Amino acid sequence: MDAPKTGEFAHIGKSVVVKGELSGSEDLYVDGHVEGTIELRNNSLIVGPNGTIKATVNAKSVVIQGKVDGAISASERVELRKSAVVNGDVSSHRIAIEDGASFQGKIDIQREPGKAAAS
Amino acid sequence: MASVADNVMRFFRGSSDQASAPAVPQKRSRRSSGMAEISRLLNSEESLCVLDLGSTSASNIRFLTAKGHKNYSEDLLQASLDPALRVKDETGKLVPDRKKFLDENLTYANGLFDVVLCWNLPDYMEESLVKPTIDRLWSVMKPGGLLLVFFHTRDAGPDAPCYRFHITGTDMLETQEVRLTGTGDKQIPRLQRVFNNRNIENLFRDFASIKFFLARDAIREVLLVR
Repeated sequence: MDAPKTGEFAHIGKSVVVKGELSGSEDLYVDGHVEGTIELRNNSLIVGPNGTIKATVNAKSVVIQGKVDGAISASERVELRKSAVVNGDVSSHRIAIEDGASFQGKIDIQREPGKAAAS
Repeated sequence: MASVADNVMRFFRGSSDQASAPAVPQKRSRRSSGMAEISRLLNSEESLCVLDLGSTSASNIRFLTAKGHKNYSEDLLQASLDPALRVKDETGKLVPDRKKFLDENLTYANGLFDVVLCWNLPDYMEESLVKPTIDRLWSVMKPGGLLLVFFHTRDAGPDAPCYRFHITGTDMLETQEVRLTGTGDKQIPRLQRVFNNRNIENLFRDFASIKFFLARDAIREVLLVR
């Protein structure tokens, strides 16, 4: 997956280090280092191949190509690409993991209320 | 435009590159009686806690979470080979530090798991880590919980490849050769020993019951009840 075009996503480049709380209302591409918390409840987070995250992540969807240490909660979906290394618990409605991705932690798939009642 | 000679040379270079390229680990399907027994429990109850101790497998995560279970994943073989775990013993030989290993791995609340998929871990893990790991698994499992472990029989031979296991059906597994990734070169885990039935019974003597299934591919599947 190529990096998204500038303008589509807010972009944190690979030489950038952020420590603290990161929140916003637009999609975010991180190819640098973030430590703390990431809050993007209605938006998407992409962690690029050089991205390293040591944070609790809350987002609508999360795509990981780099390294994440910390709990990930996504209201829609989480994708671990083949280069992803994730240490932490994942909670989401859907998860997709490519062969080659490394994951250590708990995966809790949240059932959608309608589907839970139907099944 | 390339000459005919260039094209001929490219053709030969291409075929020789292909011949020397490492073979892609092939996947192979096998029936698993142990998995069939585990699936009965997985199909009859919801929201079970399942610990998978093999390499990350999308198939396993899909299979378990689709049934509404919580999936915990921890690649214990890779963790056991971490060079940072090595300490010198009294003879100066580098050995894994058991205490550090258990401080950093399998750190779950007691009685958490309903099912543990251990796969072939004891066959490939260093001797000194095997018993402490099984003891820790006993602690983190619920009473009545199920543990699935695979052991090679003597027929497998010392060079038996280490496989990772992907669940593809209620009693079907796909096997794929393991190539561990580390900071340096890729390593290929080697079979450390072959357990006989008495070794296995001793290893799991704290468990309530033990059941053996002998498969055709020189593997003994062992299903234990905590």
